[in-house]
Amino acid sequence: MKSIIISGVGGQGVLTASDLLSDVLLEKGYDVKKSEVHGMSQRGGDVISTINYGPQVFSPLPSLYETDYILSFEKLEALRNINYLSKDGVIMVNDYVWEPLPVAAGFEKYPENIEETLKKYAARVIVVPATDIAVELGNIRATNVVLVGVLAANMDIDKNIWVDIVRRKVPPKLIDLNIEAFERGYKYKL
Amino acid sequence: MKKELLSGNEAVARGAYEAGVTFAAAYPGTPSTEILENITQYKEHIYCHWGANEKTALEEALGACFTGARSMASMKHVGLNVAADPFFSASYLGVKGGLIIVSADDPGMHSSQNEQDNRNYALAAKMPVLEPSDSQEAKDMVIEGIKLSEKYNTPVMIRMTTRTCHSRSAVELGERETPPEINYVKDFKRTMLLPALARPKHVAVEKRQKEIKEFSNQFKFNHIIEGKTRVGVIASGVSYQYGREVFKDAWFLKLGMPYPFPSKLFREFASHVDKIYILEENDPFIETFVQLEHTGKEIIGKDVFPLTGEMSTDVIHASLGEKDLTLKFDLNSIPKRPPTLCAGCPHTATFHNLSMQKLNVTGDIGCYTLGALPPLNAMDTCIDMGASITALLGMEKACEKAGKELNAVAIIGDSTFFHSGITGLLDIIFNKGKTTVIILDNSITAMTGHQVNPGTGLNAMGEPAPRVDLVKLAKDGLGIEHTYEIDGYDVKALKEIIKREVKREAPSVLVVRRPCALLFRGAQWSPMQVDTSKCIYCKLCTKLGCPAITPQNEKSHITPERCIGCTVCAQVCPVKAIQFVDENGMHIHDTTLEEFMKSKRGGKK
Repeated sequence: MKSIIISGVGGQGVLTASDLLSDVLLEKGYDVKKSEVHGMSQRGGDVISTINYGPQVFSPLPSLYETDYILSFEKLEALRNINYLSKDGVIMVNDYVWEPLPVAAGFEKYPENIEETLKKYAARVIVVPATDIAVELGNIRATNVVLVGVLAANMDIDKNIWVDIVRRKVPPKLIDLNIEAFERGYKYKL
Repeated sequence: MKKELLSGNEAVARGAYEAGVTFAAAYPGTPSTEILENITQYKEHIYCHWGANEKTALEEALGACFTGARSMASMKHVGLNVAADPFFSASYLGVKGGLIIVSADDPGMHSSQNEQDNRNYALAAKMPVLEPSDSQEAKDMVIEGIKLSEKYNTPVMIRMTTRTCHSRSAVELGERETPPEINYVKDFKRTMLLPALARPKHVAVEKRQKEIKEFSNQFKFNHIIEGKTRVGVIASGVSYQYGREVFKDAWFLKLGMPYPFPSKLFREFASHVDKIYILEENDPFIETFVQLEHTGKEIIGKDVFPLTGEMSTDVIHASLGEKDLTLKFDLNSIPKRPPTLCAGCPHTATFHNLSMQKLNVTGDIGCYTLGALPPLNAMDTCIDMGASITALLGMEKACEKAGKELNAVAIIGDSTFFHSGITGLLDIIFNKGKTTVIILDNSITAMTGHQVNPGTGLNAMGEPAPRVDLVKLAKDGLGIEHTYEIDGYDVKALKEIIKREVKREAPSVLVVRRPCALLFRGAQWSPMQVDTSKCIYCKLCTKLGCPAITPQNEKSHITPERCIGCTVCAQVCPVKAIQFVDENGMHIHDTTLEEFMKSKRGGKK
């Protein structure tokens, strides 16, 4: 069984990304269990969605120090989940800072050198300016599909399955934008 | 057979469809909300609506089942406290069409004020309870639950949890059963609960429970899985899944219906093992029944596994001393990210004023409970739905008796007010209270994801519905003379009216209106910007707790992608350093909920 955590801030599109991922894994023939938390977290709080997949999966939750991939939509949120990552794990992080309220209100400081800290815990750290790419493509909401592209590039699943699922799952008007976003993310293979 | 990845809540809705349910009612509450939301996709087959609260929803489902309609009521765990009265009556009354009551418990309190284990309600009301462990079972148990309900003349409770509600797993879809004929037959002996009629009903309930207990030994969701060792595991709900992950070679007794407890099946299981682990979230519910069997086997339950929080494979390993859960990276070294009121939230200006006036504030349950957090710090109490009004009346009367002053207001959202606030206002009128009640009216149930309510003007199926006018209700209906409507974005008006009404020796109701800002997300509003040459960095704007405003180089900064231009920050700025980016652009100030609801995004879900 393998585990993936997708983390970010409420409203960034974390759940949409994990929906795409679980559809890909199901299409590939894996048993898939996905978990997410709704409610309070949607109001600008931290959000995670977790996916376990393999020939047979029971638990929908990841285990500490045993998770294979973390895909984070925000830097601090990558750090918040770092204890889950296995020592051979890969972390892919959006080069994007969203100060949480305690920082914005001046009570606390946003941590410095997050990438350096992540490197101490991960076998590989891939930093991607996904939000910048999405803004460049004309829609900040495409950030999640750029990041799905990064994940696709670093997992061992046929690219066509990903492209097909993106095509099927995004609104018809936004297919071209999202395929472009996916391709831009797919370049970040390490 | 077609397979789809469904959440537990989607699966319950699908189960209702396949089981031939024709009536469903609910009140929104995390983690149960998406059950009714998803039932609306079957609205051609299932009539469904949001009740004013869980009690009304359950009573409506019970009434529907008296006509022969297969019915369902769904709610979060604390919602069943509100619906407890009809819940207990329903057990004695029995059903004509099958009746399913879904309780979505929240171990770990992801979005709740407690983690009560509602299986105890099933025991107390003498009603069978089913516990699915994944989405396939959630769907199947609704279908089997309806059969069980009709066969044994009992409502059936399904206990979901946050993890089963919000996890997705593959589900095989089936066809819809033909619903039974609807035919209400007058039969007062059946549907009346007078003492003389209730006494024989209680006898019948006890007999029924014995019969279901016998049946539970063959019930398809209670079964034994053979193992390779003399170790046994009994588990229900999602804990079963964690157990299968951890105890690879053990025998399992999987309990899909933990109550009534299948004693014979348990004894057979126990004969194969020497040691029994019991995995269940929250209370030792199954464990109590196991202990009553006195098998003499070694039982490992809540003496080892926690009573609090969620179960997981990590928790099982740690409880058994097999894994150290000490965190290598210390999470206390980084800032937390608490949920916040959104940028443009129509509640912010009210909380800002309460905070500045240093008032005591009794609070309630909804997004606006977040006003209790820094930097607003504008709420003192949060008890249950509607308690802002009643708790303040109590405080006020106690202080008045003792001759003490109490500068306080009650604050409650529109949906919570419809749910349980109206009765509190009645108490104020009836008992000559002087309470000031602020109703934050965003015309929607926002916290749980924008469900319609009696103030929205739409029903659950997306059809136009009458809109209850809160001002008329308080002023003309209840006779509260000092009832006023105020714009939620008008900082100055709010300041003056709150100051005046708190001092008033009579009750007052302030209806603070503005649609939820999230409904307008995605529109091209002109955001605000800070003129850094004018900004004196007094931090008054950052103290609003708006997520669009952050400090940058000793000045306030507004992130344009997050700002919707509500202008509240501009109104509190003492040096007028905040203006619109585009004064001639679209301004949210000029848009009403009614206009929004007419647009294509209105009525979604």
